[in-house]
Amino acid sequence: MIRRLLIVNRGEIALRVVRAARELGIVSIVAHSEADTDTLAVRQADEAICIGPAQAAKSYLNIPAVLDAASNCQADAVHPGYGFLSESADFARSVKEAGLTFVGPDADIIARMGDKASARQTAMAAGVPVVPGSPRAVESLEQAQAVAEDVGYPLLIKAAAGGGGRGIRVAEDSEMLAQQLPQAQAEAQAAFGDGSVYLERFIARARHIEVQVLGDGQRAVHFFERECSLQRRRQKIFEEAPSPVLDTPTRQRLCESAVALAEHVGYLGAGTLEYLFDEQTGEFFFIEMNTRIQVEHPVTEMVTGVDLVRAMITLAGGEPLRITQDAITLNGWAVEMRINAEDPDRDFFPSLGTVKGLTWPTGPGVRVDSGLYDGYKMPPFYDSLVAKLIVWDASREQALVRAGRALDEFRLEGFTTTASLHRRLIEDVDVKAGAFDTGFLERWLASPASGVDLGNAKPQPDIAKGAINE
Amino acid sequence: MTTQQIQAPFPGVFYRQASPDDPVYVKEGQQVNPGDVIGLIEVMKQFVELKAEAAGTLKSFTAENESVLEAGDVIATLEVSE
Repeated sequence: MIRRLLIVNRGEIALRVVRAARELGIVSIVAHSEADTDTLAVRQADEAICIGPAQAAKSYLNIPAVLDAASNCQADAVHPGYGFLSESADFARSVKEAGLTFVGPDADIIARMGDKASARQTAMAAGVPVVPGSPRAVESLEQAQAVAEDVGYPLLIKAAAGGGGRGIRVAEDSEMLAQQLPQAQAEAQAAFGDGSVYLERFIARARHIEVQVLGDGQRAVHFFERECSLQRRRQKIFEEAPSPVLDTPTRQRLCESAVALAEHVGYLGAGTLEYLFDEQTGEFFFIEMNTRIQVEHPVTEMVTGVDLVRAMITLAGGEPLRITQDAITLNGWAVEMRINAEDPDRDFFPSLGTVKGLTWPTGPGVRVDSGLYDGYKMPPFYDSLVAKLIVWDASREQALVRAGRALDEFRLEGFTTTASLHRRLIEDVDVKAGAFDTGFLERWLASPASGVDLGNAKPQPDIAKGAINE
Repeated sequence: MTTQQIQAPFPGVFYRQASPDDPVYVKEGQQVNPGDVIGLIEVMKQFVELKAEAAGTLKSFTAENESVLEAGDVIATLEVSE
């Protein structure tokens, strides 16, 4: 039983956890940086405690500072939110060793599912399909060709030591494989000091579909899937539940595979299993698991009626799952539009300022998760996500119409957001038809259909790195 | 002799080096040319290079590595070549 919950996060998710704690009769304490003394989460929480300077490395990522704060405010549990320390096995372990409850799975499970190779092994052991490929690094062309027979073309040749899209080549047929393999090995050796490469099936137009689960350490249940294919630079922009592309038997097999994997590892808390879905073949492949609550969890809450954040807190407190799988049903359709403080006409460069003239959309089927309020000054140190506009309706078609109505009601002066982009996106013929893959949004942004001012794009050609969180 | 103050174009965190293991972009007293990178400013997890606009000698840094800046804060002073 949790009584005093330390929330180590900021922005809308800190507020989301404060609200859940309040509804559960738990004292909420927000751990914040010096730059976040006036956030809505801090204002709404029962208590607040400063854990360090503005830079995340010195506050939100500072494990000793967080443990000190937990001790000083006599917290008995810690909620990490998403991003920051939420998937740090070290942090989960330290919290437990300090005698506190970590709202999430065990450190061992975080470590096991956070490592790509061991997550893949675990999925295979649980009978969950993974992207077909070579079981380990391929040494010779003969070996590679034998793997290719099984897996089929086109193939990706991936450097074992690569990552984030680096060290990847495509082979369309066996001739290209023969030509590319030695080059890929030499390149991997030069770039990473390790010439090992492995092979994986290349799914040209994949969709990103993920399954929400809750587990109590023994039993797990799923809350159906979310479709998150609309991404820019691997950042999700627009999500929905359910997926417009799954038929009922495929949905059932997908969701049951997620439960099998969660139960296989004895999962505790809220988790998400991410899959690639090949629309051409109807196959799905597990890619990774996020062992935390996700940004886009509200769309699942809207279509299932279950409060996932409250549930993960009670599960962490040691209560068993009370809900059975057959009691969880899909009702209607929900979409989430991420409102980022970025200017779509300036290559999504951050747009800072003070919130003025804020009017949130309201009315039937509309939910806003945000830490913004009139007079709030945006700090420049953190993620640009400032609000999530979530809209529910009985059907997908109606949900998109209602999303347009909600976006039309939304007013914010002081800085530019991605709201205008969503207004155009939901009018797109392909988006309306649910016809997209993970490459769709970037193609759309580069086309006149997006209405993005391409002449004005890249005013800051020197942007070295994009946001990497989530 | 003209001096030019190099200011932060927007708020953020200032870095004098690309990563903690790299050397600083520019040392005090070093010659710079237009377009030379002086440092990085991190804003909402994006990194933007700050470049010299004129040739000259970088006399001094007012902003320390990893310091928090408001828009308009002075980062460095450049002695512009005649």
